[in-house]
Amino acid sequence: MTKMIKLKIDNLDVEVPEGTSILDAAKKVQVEIPTLCYHPDLEPTAACGLCIVKANGRMLRSCCTPVMEGMEVITRDPEIVNERKTVLKLILSRHPNECLTCLKNETCELRQKAAEFGFRQDNFKKISLSHEDAPLDCSTRSIVLDPRKCILCGRCVQVCQNVQNVWALSFLNRGLKTRIAVAGNLTLDESPCIKCGQCVAHCPTGALTEYDDTGIVWRSLMNKEKYCVAQIAPAVRVAIGEAFGKDPGEISTKKLYSALRRLGFDAVFDTNFGADVTIMEEGSEFVERFAHGKGSLPLITSCCPAWVDYMQKYYPDMIEHFSTCKSPHEIVGALTKTYYAEKKGLDPKDIMMVSIMPCTAKKYEIRRNESMYASGCQDVDVSLTTRELARMLKQAGIVFDELKDEEADSPLGEYSGAGTIFGFSGGVMEAALRTAYRLVEGKELDDVDITPLRGVDEGIKTMEMPLGGKTLKVAVAQGTGNVGKLLDEVRDALNRGEESPYQFIEVMACPGGCIGGGGQPTGVTNKVRKERTKGLIMDDKKSSIRKSHLNPDVQKLYEEYLDKPLSEKAHHLLHTTYNAVPVYKK
Amino acid sequence: MDELTPEMKEKLKKLYATQRENLVKMKEEFLVKKDSYIASIYTCNSTGCHSGGAENVIDAFKESLEIYGLQDKVRMVSTGCMGLCAHGPLARVEIKGQKPFLYKAVDGMLARLIVAEHLLPALKALKEGKAENFEVNAFLKQRELSLDLPFFTKQKKVVLKNLGHSDPEDFGEYLATGGYQAFIKALDTMTPKEVRDVIRESGLRGRGGGGFPTAKKWDLLAAATGDEKFVICNGDEGDPGAYMDACILGGGAHSVLEGMMIEAYATGATHGWFYVRAEYPLAIERVEQALKQAKKYGLLGKNILGTDFSFMAELRYGAGAFVCGEETALMESLEGKRGTPHPRPPYPTEKGLFGKPSAINNVETLANVPVIIREGAKFFNSVGTETSKGTKVFALTGKVKHSGLVEVPMGMSVSEIVNDIGGGTSSGKPFKAVQTGGPSGGVIPANKLDMPICYEELKKIGSMMGSGGMIVMDQDDSMVEIAKFYLSFTVDESCGKCAPCRIGGYQMLELMKKIARGDGKEDDIQELIEIGSVMKKASLCALGQTAPNPVLSTLRFFREEYEALLKKDDDEEEGCQAALPKKTDKEESKEKPECATCSGCGR
Amino acid sequence: MTDEAALEQTRKAIQKWKKKRGSLIMALHEIQGIYGYVPWDHAKVVAEEMGVALARIYEVLTFYNFFKLESPGKYIISVCDGTACHIKGGASVIDAFAKHLNINPGETTPDRLFHMQIVRCLGCCGLAPVVVVNGKTYGKVSPADVPSIIDEWKKKEAL
Ligand SMILES: Cc1cc2nc3c(=O)[nH]c(=O)nc-3n(C[C@H](O)[C@H](O)[C@H](O)COP(=O)(O)O)c2cc1C
Ligand code: SF4
Ligand code: SF4
Ligand code: SF4
Ligand code: SF4
Ligand code: SF4
Ligand code: SF4
Ligand code: SF4
Ligand code: SF4
Ligand code: FES
Ligand code: FES
Ligand code: FES
Repeated sequence: MTKMIKLKIDNLDVEVPEGTSILDAAKKVQVEIPTLCYHPDLEPTAACGLCIVKANGRMLRSCCTPVMEGMEVITRDPEIVNERKTVLKLILSRHPNECLTCLKNETCELRQKAAEFGFRQDNFKKISLSHEDAPLDCSTRSIVLDPRKCILCGRCVQVCQNVQNVWALSFLNRGLKTRIAVAGNLTLDESPCIKCGQCVAHCPTGALTEYDDTGIVWRSLMNKEKYCVAQIAPAVRVAIGEAFGKDPGEISTKKLYSALRRLGFDAVFDTNFGADVTIMEEGSEFVERFAHGKGSLPLITSCCPAWVDYMQKYYPDMIEHFSTCKSPHEIVGALTKTYYAEKKGLDPKDIMMVSIMPCTAKKYEIRRNESMYASGCQDVDVSLTTRELARMLKQAGIVFDELKDEEADSPLGEYSGAGTIFGFSGGVMEAALRTAYRLVEGKELDDVDITPLRGVDEGIKTMEMPLGGKTLKVAVAQGTGNVGKLLDEVRDALNRGEESPYQFIEVMACPGGCIGGGGQPTGVTNKVRKERTKGLIMDDKKSSIRKSHLNPDVQKLYEEYLDKPLSEKAHHLLHTTYNAVPVYKK
Repeated sequence: MDELTPEMKEKLKKLYATQRENLVKMKEEFLVKKDSYIASIYTCNSTGCHSGGAENVIDAFKESLEIYGLQDKVRMVSTGCMGLCAHGPLARVEIKGQKPFLYKAVDGMLARLIVAEHLLPALKALKEGKAENFEVNAFLKQRELSLDLPFFTKQKKVVLKNLGHSDPEDFGEYLATGGYQAFIKALDTMTPKEVRDVIRESGLRGRGGGGFPTAKKWDLLAAATGDEKFVICNGDEGDPGAYMDACILGGGAHSVLEGMMIEAYATGATHGWFYVRAEYPLAIERVEQALKQAKKYGLLGKNILGTDFSFMAELRYGAGAFVCGEETALMESLEGKRGTPHPRPPYPTEKGLFGKPSAINNVETLANVPVIIREGAKFFNSVGTETSKGTKVFALTGKVKHSGLVEVPMGMSVSEIVNDIGGGTSSGKPFKAVQTGGPSGGVIPANKLDMPICYEELKKIGSMMGSGGMIVMDQDDSMVEIAKFYLSFTVDESCGKCAPCRIGGYQMLELMKKIARGDGKEDDIQELIEIGSVMKKASLCALGQTAPNPVLSTLRFFREEYEALLKKDDDEEEGCQAALPKKTDKEESKEKPECATCSGCGR
Repeated sequence: MTDEAALEQTRKAIQKWKKKRGSLIMALHEIQGIYGYVPWDHAKVVAEEMGVALARIYEVLTFYNFFKLESPGKYIISVCDGTACHIKGGASVIDAFAKHLNINPGETTPDRLFHMQIVRCLGCCGLAPVVVVNGKTYGKVSPADVPSIIDEWKKKEAL
């Protein structure tokens, strides 16, 4: 039992468990103390000084000070408000006034705070930083770092180093010269960065944003010669509503289809279809290795490009364990420019394939290696994030909320519940097991809800189930920071000549999986991740078909075009290769 | 030791007994040796004198002594700082039965002369039984630095006692001057709690700046539980213009190590760390040496001298960051990270270095500990004021005649320190102010020089004890300039983690530059105060919290100097610039409308 | 020395710190002691040997004044601008060096002979203003002394 602490906040009695911060305790009595550097999921760094309060006569930071018995806290009085104002004024004096042209404008926490405090003028002399002093880094073509807008809250560093264990971003220099940068002042592209975009998702300002690809999409939509095709990823449907004021987790799939048509897309497909195909291929790959001993175990999923990048950099010795199967949107891309193009009589060169993804890493994936050009041209031309699509819809004046429901186009639009759960951590494994069971046991799995693998709280989830007369052990990791432990365990066992402790492993780079992706509407917290996950679980529950191999359009695809999973054609179009990549390109 | 066989136990017992005997033997051997000399020459070879060529002087002395065959009769000691560094290299000649004689600005030439014309005749006189009447010749007398100067007589040396009087490398000499007696006393005759009680009774407060009661810190560490507990010696001394800790360590690190060992015993700490500024090679060398010697003689390690107490200590350097003197930053630095402070709680005594309970103490604090344990609390607390006990070492520099290292009883007036000990200004011009507390401190104006030196009084006037820098300024020094200097230092040294300090410090510095240039306006002073206030209240660590002190303190006592520099621009508009509605259409006033607090201009 | 041999030398130099706690900064001191700065490839070796992310090493290298990322030149002139030295005219000594060497503090002359840096107190304030060149200390320096100090080291170089 945790001890309860009694204290007074603004003269109101509060009782909270020991260890609670003053900030959190204040929320209990409807007091919202302003913060900037604080993020509910991260360790407080105490960097901004905005959250100061008075306690027992001293000024303290409320975000990182635990409550004490009998404490008397004052959260606002003229003096505190005044000092907070000066803190903010100081921060603004080292920040460009570029809100009008800033990608984070709508959700920027700094702009919001400035608005709340009602500044009318820059009081202190601007310490202007030119791009020359603090160069913009868009080298990854996935995320953009503009250090001029950075307030050094340290969230991105904490996420990149501690949560993701990538160590691309770091603090360089000290004092006023402190900057968020890559070691040795390299660009992000030359760094270990895996483009997961978690830094972007946690950055309170416009210092870290997605690489904006909307311009090229608009130009294509206006180009009559182009046949524009869109596909939407599983996780997008439960998050895009947030950009239009809806609660996290609300499902907007059918509104999205119609919105995309209104934007001018000639065909609207669903990445969930691709997910079903992925399961057919990956599931078969697994069964080959597990039941028929062809190839080594464990099999590790590879549908997350940030994870692929991580593995290529940090675990090149494990490449043989990676599923060669492409990610769902690449599959839809390749099939659109072959299967669909052939059906429709289109020249793949004229097709503009746009993926709407929760993800910044997909922007890098679409050019990752030659296998992303399986159709003869780039299979996916542009990958937009959820945020970019929301902006496009707003620009186009589409009243998202009031749109009528529409259906996706055939034949790459129909999806099973298994496809949709790709969007949360554990979902790929769950979907794969639903199909693998059928492939190995020859009969359908009755209870399809594999709940032990769901949830966002645990970094590593494991499960055992009987399959084909053996015991199958699977593991699911979310957030690359959790991968190391798991893979080291596997590597050690293999090095000792033993069997891997797990035969099938799912890894998603983002905490919570794609629902928590780096391209999703900002303001992600564990709470939001849970809501979005619930949304996808609902979508799966409501589906009449909940197994990939039962998706009629998938069955048709194999009948008409690919013959069977892992066929030569399937290999050419739907599989890829991996290479070791140096952690630093210097 | 339970799992040992009886034979092994017996063997160990013997070993510990020999160890104890060895310590006594070393000490006695030294005393016998020392007694065999009839004279000694102590040459300061601490940083200041070393830079001035002390090494040459020592060589010259040795050469001359050999020429006259005196090498076995005269003890040559290369010793620690004697305090009057500005006049260095210093050398003191001590002959049995004669008054010690101190030479200033010694070089090789003078060293040879001293041997030929002071030592030789004096030794002759000694032989003839006329030692008392011996007089140094007139030429040499010119180079005398009288030991009767108030500089020497008004000081009270506790921590600096051995400096200038012993060979820091001679372990036997340290033992002979009472070294490790306190530690062994504590180990053999006192419980950890008793040790802490004596320290509490002594009233010892931290000498690193904050003045936190040392016993209280030790109690906290003693109460903390864990498989490992650390004691850390803070030898980062980054205050520019202060070098007390450098000299204390340079003059022999055993006293500090002994202090640390006593602390460890008193708190149950298992491991000690010295964090020493990388710019202090001599201090580093001496710490290394002390650790080596202590290990060799069984004072560090497992079951020290056969007791249940085990303790080991290691040395690490800083790398040029003032903020690493701050305790949480220091621990980050020891962990191999950027030296950025973090919020407290958790306090280091709960969760410190590597997450283990840790206590951090300053060099001078630790150097006081063996004396207190050896001589008793009373010895210590009979000196000083009500709340500030003992002595304090200051680095007296700036425009003062006898610039150097001084140790005085707490409570001595500033005037006594600068006028009597310091001998007044070096320029002969009137004093303007004395600055204490370095970049965190403030000024004491000339009319407050009677103020006694202690933690509380200094705080009252907006300064602080700090680590012990004391900078004297005369009429020629600009207070705006000195405040700007300190601020530029803290801006350089800000770790950059928190906004109030990182940006606030810089903005204040810009304003100070503007004012110093002669472009300042009245509003700028207001802004200085506004930013200064937020830095004090909203900075994360004491660096930012105290960084505005030099500016605020000079503003308090020397505002007219700021005002004299302000731009006299009569055209400058006052009052509200905004297009406020006029009360009547006809209103034609030359005066600008008063502020209606619409906040349009950002007020 | 070949690159590989140099890296091997680095590997050897940091061996004694490898297993000790809290020794990253000590290892970096070790390397700077050999090369006068911490070269990129050698920082990578430290990362590997000590199991520390390179990003962490650069965070540390750029935080502490002591560490240099580029070769600083042959003779390092440290001019003290601590309080004591400042009050006694340290700034004018800095200016004099800047003028005579035609470089700013923190820079190296184009011939890579001299590097000038400002330090804050060298622990011999009694001799203020103080200058140290490659370990040799000059006390009570005035701007007028600066040319002769530079010449002294130029002569040494000519030998
Ligand atoms: C910016 C800053 C620099 C400091 N520098 C030193 C220092 O150089 N030496 C020191 O002993 N304490 C220094 N301190 C104080 C230490 O944080 C700490 O209080 C002290 O070492 C505790 O030892 P004490 O209780 O023996 O004084 C500094 C504090 C701050 C905020
Ligand atoms: S980061 Fe925020 S405050 Fe800065 S320019 Fe962008 S929107 Fe404005
Ligand atoms: S908020 Fe103010 S500055 Fe920004 S666009 Fe509107 S009027 Fe212009
Ligand atoms: S426009 Fe885009 S690509 Fe060009 S510099 Fe800016 S961020 Fe980079
Ligand atoms: S995208 Fe991911 S890996 Fe890259 S810098 Fe951001 S958090 Fe680090
Ligand atoms: S880039 Fe963003 S998240 Fe990172 S420190 Fe700067 S403001 Fe914070
Ligand atoms: S988990 Fe999903 S959103 Fe995150 S990087 Fe991987 S694919 Fe992208
Ligand atoms: S007050 Fe200054 S030195 Fe201290 S944490 Fe903040 S920025 Fe760093
Ligand atoms: S606050 Fe309004 S009324 Fe006052 S000076 Fe500024 S603009 Fe004028
Ligand atoms: S929110 Fe507490 S310091 Fe930034
Ligand atoms: S250094 Fe010699 S007297 Fe201080
Ligand atoms: S201030 Fe220059 S040596 Fe101390």
